[in-house]
Amino acid sequence: MQKEDLKIAVIRIEGTNCEEETVMAFRNLGVFSEAVHLKQFYSDMIRDSEQRSLTDYNCIVFPGGFSAGDYVRAGAVFSARIKSVLRDDLRDFINSGYPVLGICNGFQILAELGALPGFDEDKPVGKQEMALGINDSNRFECRPSLLKHENRGKCVFTKALEKEIVMFPVAHAEGKVIFPAGKEEDYIDRLRKNDQIVFRYVDAGGNYAGYPWNPNGSIYNIAGLCNVRGNVLGLMPHPERVFFDYYRKNEIGDGRTIFESVIEYLLSL
Amino acid sequence: MIADVYIYLKEGVADPEGEATKKALRLLGFKNVKKVSSRKVFRIEVDARNREEAEREISGMCEKLLANPVIQKYTIQWVE
Repeated sequence: MQKEDLKIAVIRIEGTNCEEETVMAFRNLGVFSEAVHLKQFYSDMIRDSEQRSLTDYNCIVFPGGFSAGDYVRAGAVFSARIKSVLRDDLRDFINSGYPVLGICNGFQILAELGALPGFDEDKPVGKQEMALGINDSNRFECRPSLLKHENRGKCVFTKALEKEIVMFPVAHAEGKVIFPAGKEEDYIDRLRKNDQIVFRYVDAGGNYAGYPWNPNGSIYNIAGLCNVRGNVLGLMPHPERVFFDYYRKNEIGDGRTIFESVIEYLLSL
Repeated sequence: MIADVYIYLKEGVADPEGEATKKALRLLGFKNVKKVSSRKVFRIEVDARNREEAEREISGMCEKLLANPVIQKYTIQWVE
């Protein structure tokens, strides 16, 4: 695939609010990207020129924000709407090996869709097997977080990531990774064995640590994980907010590699 | 038919909202507060021939949207 053929959709609905910077991250790397409203995929009230299909794209992103006001649970309404109108298309998209990224609210959406942890390769969208619960602090946690990259090469979004520890900021109230009671150890074992753990919260010395380094109380300090195939990644911290490194006046931020990696992967298809 | 659908956390799942509320109540001087747990209630009006049919319908709503089965349970209380 050629770089000029790549098309990346960032899917928005009412209440998403990180689509602009996510689109810009891809555009800054010279790739076509656009924010697309979910309605553009199914509504017949949309002008012909604005109608879209998932097959128009090589990669889709569910951005951060407060989709549908976070009513019911964060991501629940967005995911219910996807299930009702795009479920089969999304399943085919993931089964074809195309990458899907969920950042923050996007991760909550992928969890609600059952796309993550995504143990079953044949059912990339299914019933919920994890939850992103309310932070242990019961607060909205908004600040830099340090993440240890632990993926051994499966995740298509971090293949090019050389740094062991990166700084992506977090900004969420519901980000605590919870697995079904009694199955926690089994899930973590499977995630490790399958190389599905991508990022874990650490302290400044690179050690797994509790609050405030782990901002939400996530089990096993999990900040981001991918499906068994490695083409669906969900993470609570925001790589698009550190595309540039504002703090050290260095041009390249830690988040940039996430976008570079997936472009590299798409070019290899 | 009208039902109140209560969504609440399964036993053993941390309830930071409940904990924080308990802490605040105790700070206000309500020293007898032993436990506070959070609930979410949706009042739902449905067209159905009978209660059984309505209950099936509402259970479906809980499983598909209102509750995340990994951490939550639900109960239905009939209002009318």
